[in-house]
Amino acid sequence: MTTDFRLRGSSPWRKAAIVLAEIVFSLYSLIIFYPLVNMILSSFKSTREIFQTPFALPSALDFTNYVTVWVKKGFGRYFFNSLWITATSMVFVLLFGSMAAYGVSRYKYKLSTLVYMLFLSGIMLPLKAAIIPLFILMKRVNRVNNPLSVILIFIAMGLPSTVFILSGFMKAIPMDLEYAARIDGCTEWGIYRQIVMPVVAPAVTLVTIYNAVPIWNDFFFPLVFLQSNKWKTLPVGLTSFFGQYSTDWGLLFTGLCIAIVPVLILYLFMAKYFIRGMTAGAIK
Amino acid sequence: MTRKDVRKGLWVSFFVLPGLTIVAVVILLPLFMSLFNSLFSWNQLIRTDFVGLGNFKRVFFTEPYKTRFLNALGNNLTWFLVTMCVQNALGLLFGYLLSRKIPGHEFYKRVIFIPVLFSIVAVGFLWGLYLKPNGLLNGFFKLIGRPDLLKAWLGDESLATFSIIAVNIWRWVGFPSLVFLAAIDNVPTDCLEAAYLDGARESTVFGRIVLPLIVPSITVIAVLTIIGSLNVFEPIYTMTGLDGSPNFSTDTIGTLFYRTAFGSVDSGSPEIGIGSAIGVIIYALTFVASIFSIAALGKKEVEL
Repeated sequence: MTTDFRLRGSSPWRKAAIVLAEIVFSLYSLIIFYPLVNMILSSFKSTREIFQTPFALPSALDFTNYVTVWVKKGFGRYFFNSLWITATSMVFVLLFGSMAAYGVSRYKYKLSTLVYMLFLSGIMLPLKAAIIPLFILMKRVNRVNNPLSVILIFIAMGLPSTVFILSGFMKAIPMDLEYAARIDGCTEWGIYRQIVMPVVAPAVTLVTIYNAVPIWNDFFFPLVFLQSNKWKTLPVGLTSFFGQYSTDWGLLFTGLCIAIVPVLILYLFMAKYFIRGMTAGAIK
Repeated sequence: MTRKDVRKGLWVSFFVLPGLTIVAVVILLPLFMSLFNSLFSWNQLIRTDFVGLGNFKRVFFTEPYKTRFLNALGNNLTWFLVTMCVQNALGLLFGYLLSRKIPGHEFYKRVIFIPVLFSIVAVGFLWGLYLKPNGLLNGFFKLIGRPDLLKAWLGDESLATFSIIAVNIWRWVGFPSLVFLAAIDNVPTDCLEAAYLDGARESTVFGRIVLPLIVPSITVIAVLTIIGSLNVFEPIYTMTGLDGSPNFSTDTIGTLFYRTAFGSVDSGSPEIGIGSAIGVIIYALTFVASIFSIAALGKKEVEL
């Protein structure tokens, strides 16, 4: 194709441009990889080793830092808190989100545009600005220091984009399919469950990644609502850990590895889905 | 109304209401509560007198709020401008180069997106360690024999904000890059082929064909940048702390808002009235800036 930048058969200027681009991207890849590699290497070092030989390989493959951080410092618990809070939130984001998307895209009624706009307004409103009323609200129903508060907020955080993306896909499904099913005696729930949902399954994957990554990483709401050690999520646990052990760099790097490496491994296997999922809201 | 209409209404309610209730309670209700709360004076979590716009007046005209607020707002503006000019421009360049299928583009595409997935907190703490005076970056400059480049990256008032923004760009530049890449890939190939066959230069093709056609995605990125810049919180919290040290030079509306709402610095106790006023200002700024950029860029959109 003439639209590609090719090395062979191009003018010297083009060749120079390609070489320059290669240099830029190689350097940038290095800027991305090196800090991560250094983080992993440092997690096997003692603090003294980190300061004395910051660029060297660790003297031994020593997992004591990991045992200390995972067991004694509670990162195991933080990790599983993050895991089940994200999973629970996502179940409801997907269930309520797909139901609402079905409700606004597959029926004709006067208020459908209004309902759709109400959901969409959630995309534009910065949820952090709502923290004071949310805190007063949760205090009143006694849900501060209770994961339910955060789960509820995460569900609300995920719903607008889920409704936006899924209703777009659902509108594209031909109505004939639904009429045929209805004649066969299928209920409304049955049409949603057995006809519409299977068709939009690929979009559900997108929405899952689009929302699960920010929820897993979210810091602000768990910081406000989950201060007890029992319920801390990984980002909040990391924060209090950095406050307490600010001088033990070996442990700090280990904590960072526990927060970053699992995501990295998941990405290695599913890069395509992550890229498509994360950018799903911004690409029509 | 027939029985069939009632049945349909019930089904629609069944599908829509659970989600709508949660969005209404968690997102929409707090917007109105913030507006309402900002008009009152507060004693801890107890609402006392109606003060009208008094809280807003204090934010804009009374010390220490005035200095803190304007200082923070200035930093948010810096965040927006630098992110827009450096990160999004870099994103456009990366997206464009990747779209031209240079050797290794699939690999680079995956690599620049890696940090986007990481939690801001982890990235902030990681770079916080690297940018310490005895950290990796200064160590690197020592290693290559450039001690003149040793800096207190997060300790120097004139430098700290830019260091944090640079870290944020490291984390996030993959996002605009791949959004722009997707947009450029959507430009019809026959348009480009025709231009090349007519002998158009690379820069002409980019400026006259590619750029006008990807305006919608530029709008999306601009709006996301505005919302993001106004809500910066985690990078500051993890790298220079809730006070935006040194000497409030990295303070943003987000950290100021948190401090006033949960009382950790200026006064020591939470100030719900002032905090709500700042919250309302965040809502208003986000809304106005988004509408403005959508309108401004909307004019430049081209239909093919």
